[in-house]
Amino acid sequence: MDWVYLIEVLVGGLLSGVMYSLVAIGFVLIYKSSGIFNFAQGTMLLFASLTFVKMTENGIGFWTALFIAAGIMVIFGVATERFVIRPLANQNLLALFMATVGLATFQEGFSQFIWDSDVHGLQMNKFLDIGLLDPNPIFMSDHIPWLDILIPQFDIFASLVAGLMIVVLAFFFQKTKTGLSLRAVSDDHMAAMAVGIPLQTVWAVVWAVTGIIALVSGLLWAERVSVSFTLIEAVMKALPVILIGGLTSIPGAIVGGLVIGVGEKLGEIYLADVFGGQGIELWFAYFMALMFLVVRPQGMFGEKLIERV
Amino acid sequence: MSKSLLKINNIEVVYNHVILALRGVTLDVEEGKVVSLLGANGSGKTTTLKACSNLLHAERGAITKGTIEYQEKDIANHGAFNLVKDGVAQVLEGRHCFSHLTVEENIMTGSFIRENSKEAKQDLERVYDHFERIRIRRKSLAGFTSGGEQQMIAMGRALMSRPKLILLDEPSMGLAPQLVEEIFAIVKALNKEGVSFLIAEQNAMVALKYADDGYIIENGRVILKGKAQDLLDRPDVKEMYLGVGKEGKTSFRDIKYYHRRKPSFT
Amino acid sequence: MIYRETGHFVTNYLKDREIFPMTFDKVVALIGLLWLFLWVPTTSEYFLSAHVIPILAVGLATVGLNILTGLTGQLSLGTAGFMCVGAFGTYNLMLRVPDYLMSLPVALLMSGIFAGLVGVVFGLPAIRIKGFYLLVSTLAAQYFVWWFFNSYAWFLNYESSGVVAIAPKFYDYWGLGNLLGVDMQGYPARYLLALVVCIGLSYFAKNLLRSNTGRNFMSVRDRDIAASVMGISVPRAKLLAFFISCFYCGVAGGIYSFLYIGNVDLMIYEVDRSFTILFMLIIGGLGSISGSWLGAIFVYEFPIVFTWVGDFIFQGAFNTAVVENVSNMVYGVFIIALLIREPGGFAALWATTKQKLRMWPYPH
Repeated sequence: MDWVYLIEVLVGGLLSGVMYSLVAIGFVLIYKSSGIFNFAQGTMLLFASLTFVKMTENGIGFWTALFIAAGIMVIFGVATERFVIRPLANQNLLALFMATVGLATFQEGFSQFIWDSDVHGLQMNKFLDIGLLDPNPIFMSDHIPWLDILIPQFDIFASLVAGLMIVVLAFFFQKTKTGLSLRAVSDDHMAAMAVGIPLQTVWAVVWAVTGIIALVSGLLWAERVSVSFTLIEAVMKALPVILIGGLTSIPGAIVGGLVIGVGEKLGEIYLADVFGGQGIELWFAYFMALMFLVVRPQGMFGEKLIERV
Repeated sequence: MSKSLLKINNIEVVYNHVILALRGVTLDVEEGKVVSLLGANGSGKTTTLKACSNLLHAERGAITKGTIEYQEKDIANHGAFNLVKDGVAQVLEGRHCFSHLTVEENIMTGSFIRENSKEAKQDLERVYDHFERIRIRRKSLAGFTSGGEQQMIAMGRALMSRPKLILLDEPSMGLAPQLVEEIFAIVKALNKEGVSFLIAEQNAMVALKYADDGYIIENGRVILKGKAQDLLDRPDVKEMYLGVGKEGKTSFRDIKYYHRRKPSFT
Repeated sequence: MIYRETGHFVTNYLKDREIFPMTFDKVVALIGLLWLFLWVPTTSEYFLSAHVIPILAVGLATVGLNILTGLTGQLSLGTAGFMCVGAFGTYNLMLRVPDYLMSLPVALLMSGIFAGLVGVVFGLPAIRIKGFYLLVSTLAAQYFVWWFFNSYAWFLNYESSGVVAIAPKFYDYWGLGNLLGVDMQGYPARYLLALVVCIGLSYFAKNLLRSNTGRNFMSVRDRDIAASVMGISVPRAKLLAFFISCFYCGVAGGIYSFLYIGNVDLMIYEVDRSFTILFMLIIGGLGSISGSWLGAIFVYEFPIVFTWVGDFIFQGAFNTAVVENVSNMVYGVFIIALLIREPGGFAALWATTKQKLRMWPYPH
């Protein structure tokens, strides 16, 4: 067996896993703070990055565009809370899920309606010159003599961003009072209202933050693929990730991402022949998640289901 | 007569635009009093309480007529959050604990509106002093505690906001009679510290025993009101709600139908 | 007053269980049913082929999804995958089984059974996985099925383009067409076949809803632990729901490919279609069979009507991208507005309106 090749595959898998985690974080944030399975995460990615790209294409500077796009995402998040989530507080979770499906559809149409449906390229290093975005990959053999593989510097940057977001959010949920009340909200909307947690304010903040996360992860994704319809499929890819990690766990989002990223690459290389066809990447992640969930229905770090009659 | 804390004036509540749940409820909670709201299932007790605490819209209900005043301010569209801030806390029917949080975290959620975290710590001690039972369980998940403990958690959670008025919805639901007495004893103790209570109950005997005033509600209307002791002494109330009639078995025919009479007050 | 419910008394249980308890309703339903059959000569082939038959196909799939999601509470995003099984199953049955043994209606139902079995396989994890976690299983079904038919060319009879046209001989029905002198490949005949299947299966679904099995499904949806305590076998109920639901989807897929577009094409069974059918279900109303049909009609017709409006009023101002985007926006707004105002969808809207009319002119 070619070990260097294997390691290269593993590293490649880990790095693509990070990309999944980026989307998964937004998911988990909403789920953990309201119990809502936010299907609109992918379209938020599209909307955010499309807004950004259209602005830079029209000659607005990088930071200004980033700032305005973040502002738009915040407004969008607050509006979502006001017009979609607030009237539906205390409804059953299936209804809320469907509302986010509706939101996703709306946003898919809306973002392509006001902007366009073209495929846009995005070269962030055109704007950002912070070294890490250097398109030239790092040669690992410069640092570790026997490891002769390439790692794109961009991927390292993406991993750092993901890691940072996860640390901040995990701290926020476990250690702060607001984090605690958010966990309470996801358990029982009605009771949370009764003890005086201002659901509406809290949710508006969460959706605004999710909007910004969507912008960040949307830009990173867009750098890798492109700004187009395909971004919506990022959400489909992130689905097995959050389910493996456990819907309620922020660290689970990153671990799940890495597991899926690596598993997918290994599967494509070692199992594709077994199945006699190419492209098993299409469904392999779901199968992995399925196998995993059958053993552990609440995911790796998910909260244990408490059920009493 | 002492000052009125909560005043409900002839409210009408409609669910889902079609179902009329309350058709004119008038009610008055005086400061420092324990008031019991009695009635059978579906008579509108919970709806009344939820109307007070602004939780109706979450269940597709709306107040269509009448006003609710708390400390002489109209609170009909005040928002549950602001209400808790002003000192009205509700303990929901069926406890509604956050099952994935520990007991202590559950109680701490009640202190969300408080700025001062040191005071919150003191209050937590105060809650544990009242409810000794849950002190030992404070690290376990609330979802795995017993019904009585969950009731205490829910009440403790409400206490954390230092309320002036607690709306207590069916504290006796599913609890052993002994525990019910215990809960009501705590209510009395808290009342001595200056907290007023509006309690919706089915267990009329206990509720009236610990209350100052009582209201009986049926089909969305208040049909009787008075001092708790007076209500306890009324033969028709005894017959219908307390299950102790005159000697021997009575036929339903002999029961005085007080609810036929129109309420003499508005 | 022509229509009133007063004076209608139910005197025995059989009458209490009737779908249309009142004579007036019965007459209207019967006339409607007859009209659906007799109306064919007065309409155009175009209308049948572009509007009615596709609605019948997707509506049937919506009813199928309704049994799984609306009735049993198991969320599914694999509808298109199961439809795909139905379409490919029908094709292969027609292709490979000798003609004297196989005919289109038989093939449709048999491929429905195939789809049902595939559904049961992917439903197996539902025994252990609950809620949103189950999405992964149905999505696995969707992607796996799609990949499977894409990878194994045998199922497409080694057609390199990925699309096979359906041979006219498949519409032979054991020579029935020649016997009656009717062009069985023509749209009226296709419509009638689709109509019979849809009415039959809708009737079955309606009765399933009111049967013991249906009540078991609903109890699993509302509280599965409570259901198991009541002595209902939850795994059995879930798998049965998967089977029946996927059976419907499979038949719908067969109808879609054979009676509507006339070829078997993998591209139309991508995950987008699963979503479209989910929209139909939500807009129509979960748990209501007639709601599913209303939802299907609305979601299918909206882009068409919108394009038509664009053509006539704005002189073709809307290109396809605009139509698609605006349709998506409208679906989204509709879904959200309905969930807020009336979570039961069109079906509940109808019921509330009826209730209000009963009370009229009083508000409650």
